[in-house]
Amino acid sequence: MNWLLVIAGAVVGAPLRYLTDRAVQARHDTVLPWGTFVVNVTGCLVLGLLSGAVTYGAASHSVQLLVGTGFCGALSTYSTFSYETLRLAEAGARFFAAANVIASVVTGLGAAFIGTAVAQAMWS
Amino acid sequence: MTAPRDQATEPTVTGVGRSAPAWRRGLADGQAPVIAVVAAGGALGAVARYGASLLWPTAEGAFPWTTLVVNATGCAVIGVFMVVITDLWAAHRLVRPFFGTGVLGGFTTFSTYSVDIQQLVQSGHARTGLAYLAATLLAALAAVWLAAAATRRLISWRRTK
Repeated sequence: MNWLLVIAGAVVGAPLRYLTDRAVQARHDTVLPWGTFVVNVTGCLVLGLLSGAVTYGAASHSVQLLVGTGFCGALSTYSTFSYETLRLAEAGARFFAAANVIASVVTGLGAAFIGTAVAQAMWS
Repeated sequence: MTAPRDQATEPTVTGVGRSAPAWRRGLADGQAPVIAVVAAGGALGAVARYGASLLWPTAEGAFPWTTLVVNATGCAVIGVFMVVITDLWAAHRLVRPFFGTGVLGGFTTFSTYSVDIQQLVQSGHARTGLAYLAATLLAALAAVWLAAAATRRLISWRRTK
């Protein structure tokens, strides 16, 4: 059952990442990979909210597997983030490569903190 | 400057308004097989990541080695894969969405990385959290760079032989 929950979450999360990336990338002409940035930050926000909900007893272990391990895990990605950073660096856009790393980590962490703070306000 | 992404192989969105939801535009775009293989690959990758977390669980407050190794491994594999599929192998159009976007994207995770750091900091393990933050970044970027560079060298060495 646990495996099925992870699969069910991932089957939604991974295509949502693909479609979000396409939609975001079609809407700007900057070099920064905003599509991956958006899905990663969204994943951090949702997972932060969820881990807070689990801490305060508002979400079960099953929800954690479905939404956390499955959905958020498949929605967010480290491999594409690294690869896009490498592509920026190799294209000579070192500043943008560094900016991508710093913006992703800082905003992702911020989203995780906001998510848990919101969960605390709602369920503690 | 053009965006350094190679999405040229994917058809552009035509015929459906930009106000339509992404999934409807995707389907109207003939993207259904791509979406299906991304979903299947994503499920495989996520299951592998979940399996790793069961095999090597991380205690509360401890350094999350399993997620670090999962992410660094996924980055090394994408480094090899993208070079092979760009320089060497004219693969079927569904190979990259299935393996790159699906399997590797589902296997690696940015959300668990961030939330693990947040949990470590909030539970009084700020030093472990910061070490994990830096170690994952270094391992992931080094892995993708070294893997791509080594694969390129191997391909050009084979061609000149």
